[in-house]
Amino acid sequence: MCTVCGCGDAKLEGHGHSHGHSHAHGHGHGHDHHPHEHGPDCGCGTEVHVHRPDPAQGRDGGALHFGQGPAGVEVAGMSQARLIEIETDVLAKNDGYAAVNRRLLKALGVLALNLVSSPGSGKTTLLVKTIQALRARDAARSVTVIEGDQQTSNDADRIRATGAPAVQVNTGKGCHLDAHMVQHALERLPLAPGGVLFIENVGNLVCPAGFDLGEAAKVAILSVTEGEDKPLKYPDMFAAARLAIVNKTDLAPHCDTDLDLIEANLRRVNPAIEVIRLSARTGEGMETWLAWLDAEAERASPDARAAE
Amino acid sequence: MHEMSLCEGIREVIVGEAARHSVARILRVRLEIGRFSGVEKPALEFAFDVVMRGTPAEGAALEFIDIPGRGWCYDCMKDVTIEDRLSPCPDCGGGKVLATGGDELRIKDMEAQ
Repeated sequence: MCTVCGCGDAKLEGHGHSHGHSHAHGHGHGHDHHPHEHGPDCGCGTEVHVHRPDPAQGRDGGALHFGQGPAGVEVAGMSQARLIEIETDVLAKNDGYAAVNRRLLKALGVLALNLVSSPGSGKTTLLVKTIQALRARDAARSVTVIEGDQQTSNDADRIRATGAPAVQVNTGKGCHLDAHMVQHALERLPLAPGGVLFIENVGNLVCPAGFDLGEAAKVAILSVTEGEDKPLKYPDMFAAARLAIVNKTDLAPHCDTDLDLIEANLRRVNPAIEVIRLSARTGEGMETWLAWLDAEAERASPDARAAE
Repeated sequence: MHEMSLCEGIREVIVGEAARHSVARILRVRLEIGRFSGVEKPALEFAFDVVMRGTPAEGAALEFIDIPGRGWCYDCMKDVTIEDRLSPCPDCGGGKVLATGGDELRIKDMEAQ
């Protein structure tokens, strides 16, 4: 378990307060690419960091106050304890930011996909090949990427090499991206109507399942070398995903992997899940994936909604 | 999962409520935890104690209200209660059950003075 996660040193690569080095950026740093709104209590201005309340900032340092109960008096032997109804989701704040992100993306007609998987499933390679294929068909197609990792901008660098704008979010000790981090990353991306935004989450099959980022769908990527029972071992993530991509199918014969069994296990966890078998290396299944993307992007585009 | 950050979320809500209701101390917090919420209770208890230090909720008791898992059986075409995401339907024994509820993670109420 990541007991130290979420500690608040998440930062956008190149924009954190404490960077000891600089990056050459191919993208603008303006904050006015498109209209945006901030989530509840944000007040971040242009600072880019993820706020966490300071544990030392207790309201009154835990001091005991007497005579401040509803009755305004302290009566020995009489409890002033009272029940305060709260009925609030623990993740309400994240969900608030996610709703803002979703509204923004919908207003712009951008399809946002949250790509989730274990580390090493081939997410970044799949993304690079996908961007190249989309651009080969339509050079003007808007494709943008948010890359989440604990450390380094390696993945964003690989994406930028394709020509697609990418923002790296380094979560520090965090085990997942949250909607607030994504909100700040969105401010830095040139989002265009009809475009596709890929959010590559931190490689982790547990925590990202619980955090809505405002995406249209979660896409889980699972490589054939991970074992057929992976969906059963980590059911939360596969239950939350709309599409599962079974990647590295070219390796299946070498690993004695039973692809049908992987698919059956995925459906056990999530009977409604869509499954695409794919090899980013050989290109097998890429057409099916691109067709899925086109259909989803079509649904998200402003033209499609205008026709509704 | 990420019990530490969940507790930071809880702290923000309950400390805010304490200020709004002008209470100085939070004695007890009740959480509704769904069967499939992905929360490890012992880890949450541990994180709660640590995260609440120095706030009006320091030393507060944490109580859990368990919410059962719910699913839709595609064979029976009805809602059923399930123990596990992969549990078969308790009525027909079929495996085509889609979990539909039980991922709650809510702060129900708190006792304060």
